[in-house]
Amino acid sequence: MSIQKPDLATDLGFLKLRNPVLAASGTFGYGLEFAPFINLNQLGGIVIKGLYFHPRPGNPPPRLAESSSGLINSIGLQGIGVKAFSEKILPQLKKVTTPLIVNVCGETDEEYAEVIGFLNASEQIAAFELNISCPNVKKDGFCPALNTETTFSLVQLAKRTSRRPVITKLSPNVTDIVEIARAAEEAGSDAISLVNTFLALTVDVETRRPKLANVFGGLSGPAIKPLALRMVYQVAKAVRIPVIGMGGIMTGRDAVEFLIVGARAVEVGTANLVDPEASVRIIEEIEDYCRANRIKKIEEVIGTLRA
Amino acid sequence: MFRDSRALISRKEKWNNYVLLGLRSPQIARHAQPGRFLMVRVNDQPYPLLRRPFSIHARIKDMVEILFTRAGTGTAILAEKNEGESLDILGPLGKGFTLKRNLKGKTVLLVGGGRGIAPLYFLARKLRSLKIQPTIFYGGKTAADLPILEKLHKHGFDLFVSTDDGSLGFKGLVSTLLQAEVQRSRFRPAHIYSCGPEPMMKAVAALASARGIPAEFSLESIMGCGIGACWGCVRRIRKGDTEEWAKICEEGPVFRGSEIVWEGEDS
Repeated sequence: MSIQKPDLATDLGFLKLRNPVLAASGTFGYGLEFAPFINLNQLGGIVIKGLYFHPRPGNPPPRLAESSSGLINSIGLQGIGVKAFSEKILPQLKKVTTPLIVNVCGETDEEYAEVIGFLNASEQIAAFELNISCPNVKKDGFCPALNTETTFSLVQLAKRTSRRPVITKLSPNVTDIVEIARAAEEAGSDAISLVNTFLALTVDVETRRPKLANVFGGLSGPAIKPLALRMVYQVAKAVRIPVIGMGGIMTGRDAVEFLIVGARAVEVGTANLVDPEASVRIIEEIEDYCRANRIKKIEEVIGTLRA
Repeated sequence: MFRDSRALISRKEKWNNYVLLGLRSPQIARHAQPGRFLMVRVNDQPYPLLRRPFSIHARIKDMVEILFTRAGTGTAILAEKNEGESLDILGPLGKGFTLKRNLKGKTVLLVGGGRGIAPLYFLARKLRSLKIQPTIFYGGKTAADLPILEKLHKHGFDLFVSTDDGSLGFKGLVSTLLQAEVQRSRFRPAHIYSCGPEPMMKAVAALASARGIPAEFSLESIMGCGIGACWGCVRRIRKGDTEEWAKICEEGPVFRGSEIVWEGEDS
């Protein structure tokens, strides 16, 4: 057993991370919610909950339903908007040294550009994650990440507007994830993160009504991990830009699976809701894995699937 | 708020479909307040995935109690836990009941239905420690639905009891009993605290509103995180001239009756 602390640093090219574990947008609020439980500076990165330009009301409840090893949500991106975020939240995150990545939303292409334009001014923001993949805001779960043209044009617009690197977050609800990833890459995206939630439905058999007011929701949690892993593997093989993997990561070993199939970093989502200390525990468990397998640098395992 | 991954189950009591668990957790107990709640992990498996929210039923030294019924998968697992086992809990979470010292000597009513009695017991004990003597209206479907009746009697609380089937006390809804007693001018309540089924709380809110009595209600919801991060547990709440979906876990679970938009109410 090596006494030396394994080096968990990972490099996205445009951004160096002290470890590969980022808190995923929508599951980590605006970051401050977790400060009572963990030291935010231990994380590799924090992806702030999706922000529209204006405050957004969100969907009616019920917004959550459990399924086998999973959670189905239809929050509808309720949020405070960029102005309140800049004025009320960012000052409270001043002492956080962990890179902050803002998940960017828009009703229209213009709104995406407005959000980015507004936040460009903030030195505290390390990158933008372009949310083109939320299934809960348009009827029947439509989002721009469902086809190559809308993906390409939005990423291009974001790149033209942004003074920070742009990560494009993809939807798994597509026939061919690789062609969407390539469209994002061709449009100039600096990285790709995947997967957002799987469009899902759950029914109360007594009332014969959907368990969510919005009928459909997005499935996350351990149930989706093998599906997400397959897609991350496909995309990591197909593009040259860095890939950030996510989908049902609950443990350090889950995270290592994503790294092995080619992700340079991972996002932890639903696990944060179950256990507010999950992200820090996962970092420790990745260290344990490295020690047990005599791995000095975590980067050694990235993209090493023996397939 | 704290996470205690090893809160020891130090007491277990069963009463019909109800289970009471006492969890030894000094830090959480020290900060417990009536109306605040715990998020409890029922096992360390991926199903059920989410923690379950429970109002704090009582605080006894370094122990916090929860009182619940087997309502689904999570509570069924929890009901099988025994003394000596430990649970992973977060708490105390949310905002509890307001405790106004100027209520001393005035009539304060607590109105609870079914498992909604859980937070009101802690509140009743707390009010008494502040020299405020509450009167408790306690309703259930049947006599088997009143798990803490004996305990309330033992502590000498002023009690009005109802059951839907008349198996104990007034036959009918506890809100009907409350209405009748207030109408007889038996009470001039200065404040009402309530928790229970939605229609019950709605009726209590209507009574309080009609008579200009300040009232507070503890709301229930499925919750994702319990700490304000996921925005999954919202309720329509009035804020000035507008309404918005407010997080029950963070802004509640206790809200003023005048803030809550009740189901079927025009917004």
